[in-house]
Amino acid sequence: MGAQIMFYILAAVILIFSFLAVTSRKVMRATVYLLFVLLATAGLYFIIDYNFMAGIQLIVYAGGIVALIVFAVMLTERIGDKIEGPSTMQMILAALVSVIGAGVTISVLLGHNFKQASQDVGQDVSRIGENLLNYGDGGYVLPFEVVSILLLASMIAAIVVAKRKFEN
Amino acid sequence: MIQGIGVTDFFIISTLMFFMGVYGFITRKNLITILIAIELILNAVAINFVIINKYLYPEGLHGQIFSIFIIAVAAAEVAIAIAIVIDFYRTHKSVSVEEGEMMKY
Repeated sequence: MGAQIMFYILAAVILIFSFLAVTSRKVMRATVYLLFVLLATAGLYFIIDYNFMAGIQLIVYAGGIVALIVFAVMLTERIGDKIEGPSTMQMILAALVSVIGAGVTISVLLGHNFKQASQDVGQDVSRIGENLLNYGDGGYVLPFEVVSILLLASMIAAIVVAKRKFEN
Repeated sequence: MIQGIGVTDFFIISTLMFFMGVYGFITRKNLITILIAIELILNAVAINFVIINKYLYPEGLHGQIFSIFIIAVAAAEVAIAIAIVIDFYRTHKSVSVEEGEMMKY
């Protein structure tokens, strides 16, 4: 019962703040609303007992990515300035696209009968680590290494792009 | 698993979150707010992977591991995007997509 109430609270937080994050006219506020959405998502992972995923969500998303976006906002915007909103026509068309897309997806979801697993399997974090480094059947060592190269490349690229000298 | 909450409830939340991200991606004109909309979309997809892992295939780990990769790719993407935004700001004195039409013609 408690978990059920918690689920509805987190769902309401996610829906309200993701709406505010895409409609707020102040960039810093939109960033903070995004932070609330990511924290509520971590909460969802906690109530389904995936503590490791929730930890990653908190550290990488809520901690790292939001901090980067906040830095970018502080370097490029005057805090408190309102940004230009969309034109009414654009707003109506975008709302139409989103509502139709969401309606079609939800109607398909409600019509489909998902075969839910009957029993709950206990969660063991060490299995995730062993799978990430396993090079046998069903192991994930190749994508793991590819992602590590990707992170290194993006780190170098970010430094190169941001340090570029240009002459006026 | 939570009593009375099925897999469809989670999917409806992530669907709505995804399409709010799409709405923001279309209507926003500021580069950083477009980035925020992309984060919403990626986060909705990550929720889907985790929920499918938990509710439909609890004995496997594929959903969680793909979510971890999505989060890692999102981190790399944001690092590059922020570097580009800051460089864009230094050359154009603005972060509005309307200004970035140098390569349009």
